Amino acid sequence: MGLSPSSTSPTSTSPAVEAQDLVKVFPRGNVRALDGVSLSVETGTVLGLLGPNGAGKTTAVRVLSTILEPDSGVATILGHDVVKKPDVVRRLVGLAGQYATVDENLTGRENIYMVGRLSHLSRKVSTQRADQLLEAFGLSDAGDRVLKTYSGGMRRRLDLAAALIAGPPVLFLDEPTTGLDPQSRQDLWGVIEDLVREGTTVLLTTQYLEEADRLARDIVVVDHGRVIAEGTPAELKADLGTSVVSVTVGSREVVPTAVGLLAPLASKEPAVDDTTVELTVENGPAAGAEVLRALDAAKVPVTGLALREPSLDDVFLSLTGHRTEAETEDERSAHKSRRRRADAGDEGTTDGKDAA
Amino acid sequence: MTTIAFPQLREQTPAAGGGRVGWAVQDTLTVTWRNLKALMRTQEQVFFAAVQPIMFTLLFVYVFGGAIHTSVPYVDYLIPGIYVQTVAFGAVTTAVGLSEDLAKGLIERFRALPMARSAVLGGRTTADLVRNVFVVVLISAVGFAVGFRISTNVGLFLLGVLIVLLFSYTLCWGFATVGLSAPNAETAQTMVFPILFPFIFASSAFVPVAAMPGWLQAFASHQPVTQVVNATRSLMVGGPLHNPGAVWASLAWCFGLLVVLVPLAVRKYRKVA
Repeated sequence: MGLSPSSTSPTSTSPAVEAQDLVKVFPRGNVRALDGVSLSVETGTVLGLLGPNGAGKTTAVRVLSTILEPDSGVATILGHDVVKKPDVVRRLVGLAGQYATVDENLTGRENIYMVGRLSHLSRKVSTQRADQLLEAFGLSDAGDRVLKTYSGGMRRRLDLAAALIAGPPVLFLDEPTTGLDPQSRQDLWGVIEDLVREGTTVLLTTQYLEEADRLARDIVVVDHGRVIAEGTPAELKADLGTSVVSVTVGSREVVPTAVGLLAPLASKEPAVDDTTVELTVENGPAAGAEVLRALDAAKVPVTGLALREPSLDDVFLSLTGHRTEAETEDERSAHKSRRRRADAGDEGTTDGKDAA
Repeated sequence: MTTIAFPQLREQTPAAGGGRVGWAVQDTLTVTWRNLKALMRTQEQVFFAAVQPIMFTLLFVYVFGGAIHTSVPYVDYLIPGIYVQTVAFGAVTTAVGLSEDLAKGLIERFRALPMARSAVLGGRTTADLVRNVFVVVLISAVGFAVGFRISTNVGLFLLGVLIVLLFSYTLCWGFATVGLSAPNAETAQTMVFPILFPFIFASSAFVPVAAMPGWLQAFASHQPVTQVVNATRSLMVGGPLHNPGAVWASLAWCFGLLVVLVPLAVRKYRKVA
C-alpha cells in the first residue's frame, strides 16, 4: 500500500481515455457485457478498472482498443474516436493482456520485432528496440529462445515489452498479473510504475485489489457491466468507515449471539466468515474494547481479535455483496474456452494455480 | 531490471511513406515471415509433410502402377498427379495455422495493431505458397529419382509448376475459411481430409478416368482437380497427354474459385475477429 506514483508527476487534467455510456451485448447468451459504462483516465495517470470475472472489464478494454465495436456509446483515445478513427487509435495504444498473446513458435526477440514491424517501424529501429526492451525486461538471455520455453511470468513481460515497442502514450493492461507468482507480480508492478513515471497513461483491469491499491490513482468498480463505484482508493475506503474490527469466537454456535451483541456497535451489518465476525467502525481501538467487554459479559469465548484499516476487498464486498474471486458467469466464456484449450498444455502448470 | 528510457521510444516516429497499398504489402510480408519462421520451427511437421508424398509416389509407382494401364509410362502419368495431390492436402497448414492463431488470440492481438487488415490472410496464404514451392522441388527430386522425365521442354514444365502453385494458392483461400470456422485446430485438421478426398481420388490424378464407372466419370471428368492434373500432364509430359483445353479450363477454375473463395475468407475473417 502506498502513494500512487502518478502523484509525483506533473499534473494534467485532459483525459487521455474517455468513454461514455458504452453498451455491448453479446447475442450468444444475451449477455450485457457493458451496460452503460462511462470512465475517464487523465493523461499520465493510472485508472484501475476493478471487478470480478465477467464484470465487463475485458470487454471494455477490447472496445477501447478497437478490437470490438460498441453497440452504443462513444469512446475516445487522446481525442480520437475508437469507432471512427481506429487506425489513429491503434497507433496511440499499446495492449498487453491476461493471455499474453504471443507467438509460441517465435523467439522473444522475433515476437517483439514482429510487433515493431506491424507497427510500421523500420527494420533497424525494430531490431534496436527489441534489444533494448529485452534488456529492460530482464529477458536478454532468453531473447533467442522460442516462447514455448518461457514461464508464465516471462510471457507476460514479453507481451508487455512488445506492446511498448512503438512507444504508445496510452497503455491498456488487461489483468496483467492474473495467475503470476508474487515475485513476477512485484516485478511487473515496478515496470508499470516506471512507465507511468515517464508519462504513460495506463488503464489497468484487475481482480486484485492490492494491485489497484498500489498502482491506480483512480478506481472504477464494475459489476455486471455497470459502474458501481468510483473514486480514489482512499475515497472508496473512507466510505466504509475508518477501521475494521475482526473478532474470532470460540465456536460456530456462539456466532449468532456475538453478531446480535456486536451489530449495534458497527456502522453496517457485520460480515461473518466461519467463526470470524467483522465490524466496520468509526473508532477502532474504542470499538475493540467495547467488543471485548460485550462478549465477555455474555460469556462468549473470544479466540482472536484484530484491528485493521479497511482494504479495497472490504470496499468490494460492501459494494457487490461478494468477494472479488467469486465465480460469476463470464461474458467471454465461449471465446475463452477456445483459448483455454489452446493454452492447456503450458499455461496450466505455470498460471493455473491462482487464476480465480 | 534496468530502467529503459521509454520516452526515447516515442521520439522516433514510424517510418514515413509507403501509402496504404505499400503498408499492406509490407505487413503481408511481415506476417509471411512470421509464418515461415514458425513453420521451420515445427520440424516434425515439416518432416512428415515431406515423407507423405514420397510414400505416395513409391506406393503408386511400385505397388499399384503395374496394374494401371496408361498411354505413357505410369511414372510419367503419375508425377503430375502427385504434385497436385500433395499441394492440395498441404492446404491443411492454412486451415490449422489460422485456427491456431484465432484460438490463441493472436488474431485479436493483430487487430489492435495499426497493421493492414488484409495482412493476416495474405501472409498466411503467401507463406503457404512459399511452402508449396519447396514441396514442388521435393516432388520433382523424388519424381526424377524414380524415373519421371519431362517430355516437353523446361519452359512448359515450369508453366505446369505454375498451374500447380496457382491451384494450391486457390485452395489455401478455401481452407482459410475452413480454419476460421473450425472450433479448434484439431478439428480444422480433420476437416480438410474428407473435403478433399473425393476431389483428389475421384480424379485423373492416379488412374485414367475412363477406368471408372459411368456415374463417377461424369463427376471425375468435370471437377477441377482432373482439369488441373490434365493441364499439368499436358505441359510436363505432352504427347498423347497433350491437352491445351485442360490448361485453359484449369486457369478458368482457379481464377473463378479465387473470385468466390477470397471474399468468403475475408468475410469470415471479419466476422470472427
